[in-house]
Amino acid sequence: MSSKNPLRSPIGKKLVTGVTGLGLVVFVFIHMTGNLALFTGNEAYNQYTHFLTSLGGLLYVIEAGLVAFFLFHIVNGIQIWLGKRKARPVGYDTYKSAGSPSQQSASSRSMIITGLILAVFLVVHVISFKFGPGGPGNADPAYVTTIGGEEVRDLAKLVRENFASPFYTFGYTFVMLLLVVHLRHGIWSALQSLGAMRPSLTPLVYTIGAVVGVLIGAGFIALPLAIYFNLI
Amino acid sequence: MAENMNIKLKVWRQAGPHTQGRFETYSVPDANPHMSFLELLDVLNEQLIKSGTDPVEFDHDCREGICGSCGVVVDGVAHGPQRRTACCQLHMRHYQDGDTIVVEPWRAEAFPIIKDLVVDRSAFDRIIAAGGYVSINAGSAQDANNLPIAKDKADLAMDYAACIGCGACVAACPNASASLFTAAKISHLAMLPQGSPERKKRVTAMVDQMAEEGFGDCSNHAECEAVCPKGISISSIATMRREYMKAMLS
Repeated sequence: MSSKNPLRSPIGKKLVTGVTGLGLVVFVFIHMTGNLALFTGNEAYNQYTHFLTSLGGLLYVIEAGLVAFFLFHIVNGIQIWLGKRKARPVGYDTYKSAGSPSQQSASSRSMIITGLILAVFLVVHVISFKFGPGGPGNADPAYVTTIGGEEVRDLAKLVRENFASPFYTFGYTFVMLLLVVHLRHGIWSALQSLGAMRPSLTPLVYTIGAVVGVLIGAGFIALPLAIYFNLI
Repeated sequence: MAENMNIKLKVWRQAGPHTQGRFETYSVPDANPHMSFLELLDVLNEQLIKSGTDPVEFDHDCREGICGSCGVVVDGVAHGPQRRTACCQLHMRHYQDGDTIVVEPWRAEAFPIIKDLVVDRSAFDRIIAAGGYVSINAGSAQDANNLPIAKDKADLAMDYAACIGCGACVAACPNASASLFTAAKISHLAMLPQGSPERKKRVTAMVDQMAEEGFGDCSNHAECEAVCPKGISISSIATMRREYMKAMLS
């Protein structure tokens, strides 16, 4: 049974946003746990990042997949937001939520804003770390260390340098708080978009969504604050 | 005799589909707590007619909360502050003497304003016409247990069938999406043996028509469920999505 264009339909757009969103949740969770390696020392962290870069071709495949997930997620999100403006060109003089069982919140209303800020952050973040000193196309002998006789990138040094700056540290912390706000609605919403929800599960999944969001955010925020305040 | 209340109404007035609308504020000194909200509008209209002004147009029919004709946004909430209540069943006892109430029409591109508080909801009719029915004559009610349907399914189908098509879901949705309306009908029919054979064709056609009409996309705010006078759950939207995926994969 074919629709005119299944992935462009109102349901297809939500499916794509939900699937890519959940994929990105898995990605940020793994990224966050990887970051925590720095708590056990520079060498452990550098070993971990070296393991990732040594994946070679597989890493490119993963990166290409991530780029695709981000692009589809962002493009669909923007289209849904534009569609909303088109669907209600004249707004209400007075508008308020009717309250429970509505899940409308600052989080659900600000998905486009938190999402766009996260997208801009992503670009800055990749430029300053992945393509920063010692990274691809930016060889720098000051950011090379040896582990077991092998020369590897000293990414731990770059991380510690960047998070010595209050601007970077608190900017990063702020954006990670926005990530928590984004996930507060996002995780629950993605499951509903995939048709995986039933009324008896809604309160549970909504809570789990919030808890997972806070855990991811807390994991990301712990490292820069620990470095900035010289705790590690 | 209940004491009279003086209610101020800030009402959207718009002479026609293509004219500029504006708010007008009226004072209704003869309101009383026993009146329904629509009766308050009736009293206002009596006043307006006596003073030679055009009455405020608003849709209504049964005034028993079962026909789906009425519907206005009352102080920012579709159908007003009382849960699971169409605005015809909202009573003035929820208000105090001297209150000001803001009354606006449903606002959505797919629901163009005809006059004042009346909007054209024929987009809903076209979504139903796209597939919200059973093509064969399913006959009159079967003998009990002639066609076994599990109790939980029958109950759920009935919950979804309770949709009266008032449009509050669209009005309250921050995206002006018609997902709850469309999903209620799709889920209701998919759950029953009479509706099941056409479920794939139905979900595809109705979802396509919903997009065609210019409704927004759902963002899972669940505001629709909160204002639905029949309390239809957004689980119907999850069901619609599963139905759509199954239809696409077959």
